[in-house]
Amino acid sequence: MEIFGIWLAAFLTLSIYSFLYRDNPFYRFAEYLFIGISVGYYIVIYIHQGFIPFAWEPFWAAVKPFWPGIPREAGWIGLIKLIPIALGLLFFGGLSPRHTWLIRYPSAVLVGFGSGISIPLMLQTFIFEQTRGTVEPFAAINAGTLSPWGIIEAVLMLIGVACTLTYFFFSVEHRGPVKWLSKVGIAFLMIGFGAAFGNTVMGRVALLIQRVDFLLNDWIGMIIGWLGTIF
Amino acid sequence: MIKITQWTVVCLVLCLSISTAFSQGLSPPANVTAVDTANDDGSSITLKWDAAPEDSGISGYQILRRIADGDLEEIGELLPAGTTTYVDSSIEKGSAYAYAVRAVSETEATVDSEQTAPVKGTGEWFHTGKISLFTAMLLFGAVIVWNIYYARSGKDIFVRRIPGLEAVDEAIGRATEMGRSILYTLGLGRVDDVPTIASMTILGQVARRTADYETPLRVPCRDPIVMNVVREVVRTAYLDEGRPDVYNEENVFFVSESQFAYAAGVDGIMLREKPAAIFLQGQFFAESLILAETGNSIGAIQIAGTDSEHQLPFFIAACDYTLIGEELYAASAYLSREPMLLGSLRGQDWGKVLIFITMILGVILELSGVNWITTLLQKVN
Repeated sequence: MEIFGIWLAAFLTLSIYSFLYRDNPFYRFAEYLFIGISVGYYIVIYIHQGFIPFAWEPFWAAVKPFWPGIPREAGWIGLIKLIPIALGLLFFGGLSPRHTWLIRYPSAVLVGFGSGISIPLMLQTFIFEQTRGTVEPFAAINAGTLSPWGIIEAVLMLIGVACTLTYFFFSVEHRGPVKWLSKVGIAFLMIGFGAAFGNTVMGRVALLIQRVDFLLNDWIGMIIGWLGTIF
Repeated sequence: MIKITQWTVVCLVLCLSISTAFSQGLSPPANVTAVDTANDDGSSITLKWDAAPEDSGISGYQILRRIADGDLEEIGELLPAGTTTYVDSSIEKGSAYAYAVRAVSETEATVDSEQTAPVKGTGEWFHTGKISLFTAMLLFGAVIVWNIYYARSGKDIFVRRIPGLEAVDEAIGRATEMGRSILYTLGLGRVDDVPTIASMTILGQVARRTADYETPLRVPCRDPIVMNVVREVVRTAYLDEGRPDVYNEENVFFVSESQFAYAAGVDGIMLREKPAAIFLQGQFFAESLILAETGNSIGAIQIAGTDSEHQLPFFIAACDYTLIGEELYAASAYLSREPMLLGSLRGQDWGKVLIFITMILGVILELSGVNWITTLLQKVN
């Protein structure tokens, strides 16, 4: 079984890599298999980690007190859990062309919740925290506790943040000093992107090495070992 | 044999005496209090006790908990010496808990504090620690609302040129002339992610133009909910343009929730259908370069946009135009020229001016030894 697994993994790896040449039946086979398996996998995951704990169990807990023969322990307040379940069910309105408008309600709730949660978080992380991080080193400069290199870093950071912020002014025409500040800002952005590019490429090369290592050692190594036993 | 037994008994007695002597030397943690944790949803209780002197011989603390009439039970790991607080997050809402703190010496001798009174965890409606953030949000909100009213009053609002967005019409026109489709992907974001919401607004504008030109617009989706919302967005755009007959629901379709299965599927579509224009707008992760490279290899005009700073370099390298970060959010206002969106954009610019001033003022004050701006920013966080 392990040998079959190695052969299958090697075949699928090569099928996916064959995309580098051009679209071909091997790539298509691997692509459809990958998509099919992933869809099936996620359906099972959603049933067990989504539907059962967040829809079926709360639904049952809400209606159980009203079931004949079961003592009413919870009461009406438990029925509040039916509201999100009903909202979720409205998504099925998309199945009927006449009722697609129904999905606007759960979508609006989702977008509203999402914005409500992410906007304060973004303000905290990307605005207030970053502003504080830019200003704070200057307290150390005043106290004389920052090294010369630290001072250069703090000043560079201030210039970088101020100029990059200028680049993202949309309702002001970029000419004169604004133009030059935003040009410096875009230069800072590009330096940052260059570093991120190099960092990520290194990570991807590591993944490639891992895959080539599998093909050379696990798969070809196994074939060579097998040929060795024959000859 | 009798001698060995006698020696063993003597040793045991000695050990017991030493341990008792040590435990008698340990003082129990003093002033142990248990209170409902402030500003939470009622899922934790906070314990506090006085710090022991350095020569107390305490090597750690063990928290003991009792529910109703039950016995004290150990919870959590042994806390290091010097600890004076503990947050118990493993409580059930509505149940009352009593606590004791056990001091543990290096010889593992122990002594328990007095038990606290039973405490229940209760949730708060308002997080008082976030009042500063709330005030800042109200301020930003007020600035944006004022600017929206300003824009609605009919006054002209300038928006600077964004090259990536000026290329939208060019890309759609090219696809129409070539008789090929347009591929629009919203990335991997969920419906409540801000880049996905921004991308949907851009998609609405693109769909209006494709409705006019009758150019097929294909939208592969990663999330089934996003797919449903996108269908609504595209359908509404076609209706608004008076072309519901051109709208084809099948063109907005689900591929897979798996990141790389989605990438493989979209790559396959690119190779087989050879769209003339590709829009990559939204939240992207490691699949960004795979998608952008494939689009580049088929010669499509590509307009990308994301706020994922780690993926932006790949889009800049492989796409014709890239909307960087906030340009993605400005895109909807730029394309639609709707007063509400333009006003909101102007309001955000005012917010940036405020940040700019805060930063410069903060630096000047810090250099003068005044640190109230950093203190204020700390409070907001």
